[in-house]
Amino acid sequence: MPLLEIKNLTVSFDTAAGPFMAVQGIDLSIEPREVLAIVGESGSGKSVAMLAVMGLLPNTATVKADRMAFDGVDLLELSPSERRKIVGKDISMIFQEPIASLNPCFTAGFQIEEVLRFHLGMDRAQRRARAIELMKLVGIADPEERLNSFPHQMSGGQCQRVMIAIAIACNPKLLIADEPTTALDVTIQKQILDLLVGLQAKYGMGLIMITHNMGVVAETADRVIVQYKGRKMEEADVLSLFEQPKSNYTRALLSALPENAVGDRLPTISDMLFEPAPSAAGSGSATGAAS
Amino acid sequence: MSVTVLEGKNIVRDYHVGGGLFRPSRTVHAVKGVSFSVDKGKTLAIVGESGCGKSTLARIITLIDPATAGELFIDGNKVDIARDGLTKEMRRKVQIVFQNPYGSLNPRQKIGDVLGEPLLINTDTPADERRDLAMKMLKKVGLGPEHYNRYPHMFSGGQRQRIAIARSLMLNPSLLVLDEPVSALDLSVQAQVLNLLADLQDEFELTYVFISHDLSVVRYIADEVMVMYYGEAVEYGSRDAVFADPKHSYTKTLFAATPRADVASIRARLAKKKAA
Repeated sequence: MPLLEIKNLTVSFDTAAGPFMAVQGIDLSIEPREVLAIVGESGSGKSVAMLAVMGLLPNTATVKADRMAFDGVDLLELSPSERRKIVGKDISMIFQEPIASLNPCFTAGFQIEEVLRFHLGMDRAQRRARAIELMKLVGIADPEERLNSFPHQMSGGQCQRVMIAIAIACNPKLLIADEPTTALDVTIQKQILDLLVGLQAKYGMGLIMITHNMGVVAETADRVIVQYKGRKMEEADVLSLFEQPKSNYTRALLSALPENAVGDRLPTISDMLFEPAPSAAGSGSATGAAS
Repeated sequence: MSVTVLEGKNIVRDYHVGGGLFRPSRTVHAVKGVSFSVDKGKTLAIVGESGCGKSTLARIITLIDPATAGELFIDGNKVDIARDGLTKEMRRKVQIVFQNPYGSLNPRQKIGDVLGEPLLINTDTPADERRDLAMKMLKKVGLGPEHYNRYPHMFSGGQRQRIAIARSLMLNPSLLVLDEPVSALDLSVQAQVLNLLADLQDEFELTYVFISHDLSVVRYIADEVMVMYYGEAVEYGSRDAVFADPKHSYTKTLFAATPRADVASIRARLAKKKAA
């Protein structure tokens, strides 16, 4: 049985200019112990689809799906309070901006312990012990000290580690990482990716990596879904995606990598999608308007 | 024949952090004696992690901050803004493009005014000529005359970065400092902006100082590479030399940390995973 199964997911936002379709009929499933990467540029609806699973979208969004089941439970049928018991415990999420996603008014320790109190009902001493254990697990040096630090006293990499500690506090079955390393340096990025993949293997979690970085996909994923403008362009295991990309869009995405540059110019998405290539001025605004 | 546009000799920059009632003041050595030179039409890439002093160096080269010690030559003339101040002629020679295209454009200024401003401040160009020049520049960077009267919020990140590049080129500078110009952009938009930069370099014979922490971008655009670590240049050489044979241990760490997107390394990773 798949851990998360989504069929024909559609998300639309009410705007002044009428409904805007951010996700248009996405199918997705992830098995336990699997690493799935969702790739796409900004505006492709990759984050919105996962926020719909988490139930974190604002009221202006309408979520429709034929099926959205986690571990056999239909998420669409649940009442908000039942859903809150799953979200944060069995499914948890890490966001892009580590410093912005922590609450600046509370210490790192408080924010980790909050999850333990809410979902597991631990008492004060247990919470403290578990928080220290978690901080060691995510590789924060001298955790007893760091429990009392506020987010602004830590670096971006350390904040992201605290976010990961919060996310894995209740041993989730599924971890969703939304661009976990975009705001970080390459050396820190490597450490965080190693940490995530290591934790995933150690605890047998399902891991969904949302990213626009093909390098991150190549380093972590088992299976990849490529999204563009709210639609799924391609789904394949990681090796065949890089070896023989089937859709034009994936091919364009791969050839836009600077390391694959042949000659002086980088091929861009618009060069490949709208053939014959439009004029230089047109190509700039065509993809620009989408993001 | 090559002309050296930019040369730095032992550039040092210290920041004094003021002490409080119970804290002694201290000195942070942000840049510790860095030397470099760039020829006309070439690109020097400066690589390093956050806090290594690369942006401080960019501010010194752009003549925003003076260096604490060391000599800076632009077009062969020695520049010391701490002593002489900054003349308009010098400002016309060096321009900068910042990292965040959302923060570097005034939200209440129309694009046409954004582009006209450098001319207004530094030259005596009359208004109608400024307008013509701004229109021309919009076309150069892949935007149209219809964008002239729009505000920054009406543009996407990639388009804003084009505007920032257009603004920096309004004064026909010989040297352009690019401080992480593509790190806030998506992969496909990043490719467009890099292409634009390459085209403009060919057209105007621009010299670039390109600051980045993304080695794949550096490999694509740079002629020479300088790797900085805690304020020091630990590695400096031609792109091919640095990428083929990194000498310093930090450079090697940096290369090892860069995600690799080729089929062979994916195979190796999957095999390792299966074995574990």
